[in-house]
Amino acid sequence: MDTSSTRAVTTADSGRRGIGRSGAGAPAPGGTTRRSGGRWRTPLLFLLPFGVLFIAMYLVPIVFAFVQSLFTLRRSGLGLEAPTLDFTPFANYARLFGDTEFLASLGRVALFGIVQVPVMLGLALLLALLLDSRSARGKGFFRLAAFLPYAVPGVIAAVMWSFLYSPVTSPINNFLESAVGAGIPFFSPELVLWSIANIVTWGWTGYNMLIIYSSLQTIPAETIEAARLDGAGAFRIAWNIKIPMVRPALVLTTVFSIIGSAQLYNEPKVLQTISGGAISNTFTPLMAAQAQVTAQNYPYAAAQSVVLALVVGVLSFTFFKLTNRGER
Amino acid sequence: MTAPTLASATRTPRSDRSDASRPRRSNRDANLASRLGVFALLGLSAFYFIMPIWWLVVASTKPAGHQFSEPGLWFDGFGLFDNIALVFAESDGIFGQWMLNSVFYAGTSALVGTLLSAMAGYALAKYDFRGRGVVFGVILAAVLIPKVMFTLPLFLLFNQVGLLNNPLAVLLPSVVSPFGVYLARVFAAQSVPDELIEAGRIDGAGEFRIFFSIGVRIMSPALVTIFLFQFVEVWNNFLLPLMVLNDSSLQPVTVGLVGWAGSNGQVPAGTVVVAALLSVVPLIIAFLGLQRFWRAGLTAGAVK
Repeated sequence: MDTSSTRAVTTADSGRRGIGRSGAGAPAPGGTTRRSGGRWRTPLLFLLPFGVLFIAMYLVPIVFAFVQSLFTLRRSGLGLEAPTLDFTPFANYARLFGDTEFLASLGRVALFGIVQVPVMLGLALLLALLLDSRSARGKGFFRLAAFLPYAVPGVIAAVMWSFLYSPVTSPINNFLESAVGAGIPFFSPELVLWSIANIVTWGWTGYNMLIIYSSLQTIPAETIEAARLDGAGAFRIAWNIKIPMVRPALVLTTVFSIIGSAQLYNEPKVLQTISGGAISNTFTPLMAAQAQVTAQNYPYAAAQSVVLALVVGVLSFTFFKLTNRGER
Repeated sequence: MTAPTLASATRTPRSDRSDASRPRRSNRDANLASRLGVFALLGLSAFYFIMPIWWLVVASTKPAGHQFSEPGLWFDGFGLFDNIALVFAESDGIFGQWMLNSVFYAGTSALVGTLLSAMAGYALAKYDFRGRGVVFGVILAAVLIPKVMFTLPLFLLFNQVGLLNNPLAVLLPSVVSPFGVYLARVFAAQSVPDELIEAGRIDGAGEFRIFFSIGVRIMSPALVTIFLFQFVEVWNNFLLPLMVLNDSSLQPVTVGLVGWAGSNGQVPAGTVVVAALLSVVPLIIAFLGLQRFWRAGLTAGAVK
């Protein structure tokens, strides 16, 4: 889950406001040549360096992958000659929809998202409300504590947690064994997905909490004061005023958490080597696609990448549209 | 680089500091029980968030080879400096190289990327030209699809054009930050007054000169935020460098460290623990020292 950038995007609202209306587009009385010439040229020159790299690093790879996915590799029977490429536009996609391992990986991350996202965001919302409550003390410290995990790169966090999970080194299990006589089998096939969920939750709860907390901060004090004067208690204020008013932030964090789940990779990849086989090469869709790359089965890997990008893109746009509509 | 500029740039209607100025939300009427309850819950969460990092710090201070001694969460002897020396001595000092590589990749990408983002965002905010909406729409779409989704296609492309195992294979994709353009546009629209640009034009300054002498200067707190977000994103990147760099001496610390962690004991687990701590320290310092810039980026995303 590495969506720091994607998560913080807001509605287009903040961008829509305050668009500069001077500049080359202004109806300049008796517009000079410099201006009419600058109408296109200047913004184009400003956009050019970014634009060229954007096309080269975003659009070209996706188009290239798509084209590559239309071919299949044919290796000669003995494997002595160089494999040839055949144009078979649907072969890779047909194979993909019959690929039980790939489909299973999609199902696995779907299950992961359905459970982990509500748990994490529920926790984030609860903590944000607690921090925002009048009874909170030491806000600065708690906010910092919650944000600290965000400073730890995802893979490093996974390396760290792997030591906390490992049967050999786990201080958690050491404690539990002496206290209640049994540890938690973090790497058992049944639990390993939730061990991963815990790492993700640990890493991202504070981040989401800060977004919700920022949103809570924008509720006018008078609104809350008025409710209090009407005799509403802290819980009713939280439930009836605060939560509805931070709904946009909640929808936003939900959207990006779901998208984050779809690209699950770092944590399972790091835990794989010490998980004793509980995490397969095709544990998540991205891992499955990467495994195909490693096996040099590029056309099929390309097809998987294209489908994955498409699924994420559709999810993303659908939710983004819903978010925008919900806010109006 | 003042806080007020940034705060106004992100338009947080009610900053943390203004908590105090909320009309008379006196604490006296919040009774002791609820205060204790809130404190207990927050304390529990703080324990959850801090415990793993605390463990990492404590384990790193224990003498070499005793990283996992009991009690796990408390000190037991002192060998931090010896441990650090061991990390930097492991595999001919490759760890130092990895850290330098990470600084180089993240620093270069963020620096160049911030400049490109600032230019593009400024153009989108301050010039009216046909197709502006389309350009911004494409950039917004790119923000919504996580970068990781482009990584395997990038690998296939670089494989085709022979750019694998070349630092450029990490740098070129990392420089491009649609999110940076998005932030720059928001910040430019909010903080760079049109009158100043117009005044510059009347004084006969060229558009680029206006951008560099007025735009960049006014946007500089926002540019720090963009730089930080991009720096951390590149520093944390794992899949891209893992795929495109084979040569261990080219890899960033994330890839290198995961390699150590998965080496099945060839690199002692204790060394991996200490190395993990060392790789996190620069980022944690950056976070603690530059908190308000982080918050600026977050609130820009969340506050409507």
